[in-house]
Amino acid sequence: MTLSRREFVGAATGAGIASMAAPGLLFAQSNGPFRIGLLAAKTGPLASGGIDMELALNMFLKERNGALADRKIELIVADTAGVPATARTKCQELVEKNNIDCLIGPLAAFEALAINDYVVQKEIPTIGVAAAEDMTQRQANPWFVRVTATAAQCAYPLAEYAAKELKYKRMVTMADDFAYGHEMCAGFQRVFEDNGGKIIQKIFPPLTAPDYGSYVASIKNADAIFLGTAGSNGFRFLRQFIEYGLKDKMAVIGGMTALDESVLRNMGDEALGIVTTSFYSAELDNKANQAFAPAFRKQNKYDPGYYAASTYIAGEVLEAALKTTTGKARDKKALIGSIRGASTDTIRGVVKFDEFGNIIGNAYIRKVTRKDGRLVNSVVKTYPDVSQFWTYDKTAFLKNPVYSRDYPPAKNLEP
Amino acid sequence: MQFWIIQGLNSLSLGGLLFLLASGFSLIFGLMRLANLTHGAFFMLGAYLGATALRAIDGLNLWVAALGSGLVVAALGGVFERLVLTRLKTNPLGQVLVTLGMSFIIADACLVLWGGDPIPVPTPSALQSPTGVFGYAFPTYRLVLVGCSIAVAIGLYLLLERTRVGAMIRAGVDDRQMARAVGIPVSTLFTAVFCLGAGIAGAGGVLGGPILSAYPGLDADMLPLALIVVILGGVGSLLGAFIGSFIIGFIYTFGTALLPEFAYIILFLPMILVIAFRPQGLFGRVGA
Repeated sequence: MTLSRREFVGAATGAGIASMAAPGLLFAQSNGPFRIGLLAAKTGPLASGGIDMELALNMFLKERNGALADRKIELIVADTAGVPATARTKCQELVEKNNIDCLIGPLAAFEALAINDYVVQKEIPTIGVAAAEDMTQRQANPWFVRVTATAAQCAYPLAEYAAKELKYKRMVTMADDFAYGHEMCAGFQRVFEDNGGKIIQKIFPPLTAPDYGSYVASIKNADAIFLGTAGSNGFRFLRQFIEYGLKDKMAVIGGMTALDESVLRNMGDEALGIVTTSFYSAELDNKANQAFAPAFRKQNKYDPGYYAASTYIAGEVLEAALKTTTGKARDKKALIGSIRGASTDTIRGVVKFDEFGNIIGNAYIRKVTRKDGRLVNSVVKTYPDVSQFWTYDKTAFLKNPVYSRDYPPAKNLEP
Repeated sequence: MQFWIIQGLNSLSLGGLLFLLASGFSLIFGLMRLANLTHGAFFMLGAYLGATALRAIDGLNLWVAALGSGLVVAALGGVFERLVLTRLKTNPLGQVLVTLGMSFIIADACLVLWGGDPIPVPTPSALQSPTGVFGYAFPTYRLVLVGCSIAVAIGLYLLLERTRVGAMIRAGVDDRQMARAVGIPVSTLFTAVFCLGAGIAGAGGVLGGPILSAYPGLDADMLPLALIVVILGGVGSLLGAFIGSFIIGFIYTFGTALLPEFAYIILFLPMILVIAFRPQGLFGRVGA
């Protein structure tokens, strides 16, 4: 954090004023620092993730002494508060006032959708972390790449794992009632049923459900339940699930945010043994992550999770792209071209992008274990090079409607 | 059969929780005609304080933590009322805005102090194992919570109906001008009631903690529920808040269990119906 926000903002404002005072400087600036704008929710309910995004990106830049591919980097962080309208305003500010060359973020799908048009209109190379499926499918934005995963991308391998290796036959899904939850459950259901399993019940409590008691009590008897929640919702649901004595009756498995490190660090033994999926785990045993995860833990006293990893990977991808655009980083077309063409080794393993700008990389099946006194997501199986289309034919996939509450239709629901 | 019994108990426990939330709001609204939009934030602050105390002090009892948090939040509420709200006595829009602003300040302060991760409030170890009810297992703590809210209801009833202070508060609710004219120190009373209302919210946050835990956004999740309960039950009526809480508890629980797609609509629908046919709420007095 010593690359302080104040320094960045100060430098950015200074540059802004200078360019206003002397338009001629603008030209000279094209050889100046490369400007990254980060849209992160640092206040409001999504703040935990946004703060981790900033911490990790700062850490990445500090490790490289503030320069990528021999270019000085200037980072300008804007707080979206997790509100789409604010995300839009802040994005505009980053582009028009701070004159950024590249955008990283935002965190949530509805924020990403709010800036989508503007990113296209202003042609801003954007490295996104939000999951909304269609942004890299039917309505792919040519200026957007995603370095995390679509909502369903990591649920596919988990569904196969649940059917083939855990041998679950009948399952219940439970997720927050918004696009992310719908898409994740739909992807899970599709692969699970294609592997011979049955989804017998789908539960979607509202995002702001005060109490999960009535939902927990209506869960039907099955082999396991799939949790497609994010943030504190999954945390509360799981506690109540245990309180009603259901954990002894059926297994729990979860999507990529259900037992994120940010949730895990406030849980106890009740989380042990729960299997989840993600594109990342702090426990990953590759060279880049062996350096990153312990350093992050040392600095912040907790393990990096989904959000911290997302911006660190964004940094790694950007660095790889800048190396191939020497001298042309200000050329937006060249930059987005080399980001999309980047194939690089990151803390989540080797990644590349498909023609829609979505990442192809490893997905990990993880199990909660205890290590040095804290709970961690140990990797139990790696699915290499998972694409957003899983094993399905791309053309046929894109002809279907986007995943939703009711698509694909659940044919095995039990009354 | 199991469905009806378990969901019935769920309804009761949610109702109890809602009463702990709404009674303080109703008290303040009734006496001061003040829609205190900070109420949800007081509830959340209580939950965080309780969670922190329980984590920091070994062997601390949940009930003591609730009492302590309640007192701290009550004190904070008192300061807020004295310093800010007294200046806005005749300005209802100003009050709404300033209490809303205060809730943002508390929410952001909580975020700075406690970070964005959800923090659990542990269930007391003696209440962790489920209780058998007609042969079905039900979380014991939820049943105790219902008992708690009934105890709070009785306590408030005795305070309002059987004490001199209660009589003064009732006089203030019925006719503020007249109360002032007969020498009731309305201003002091206002502060006391505001402290009490905030304190109940703070303690309620801790008692609801084992079910809800403390997390950013808890304030915004709970405030609409307090509003629904109070508007349904009737402004300034303790009985209204009590009955209203359990009605909403039942409607929400059975609504979500039977028609999960309409969970939020089902919550607001009864309130809209009541307002349409009985604008003062189920137990509110006309012209009060």
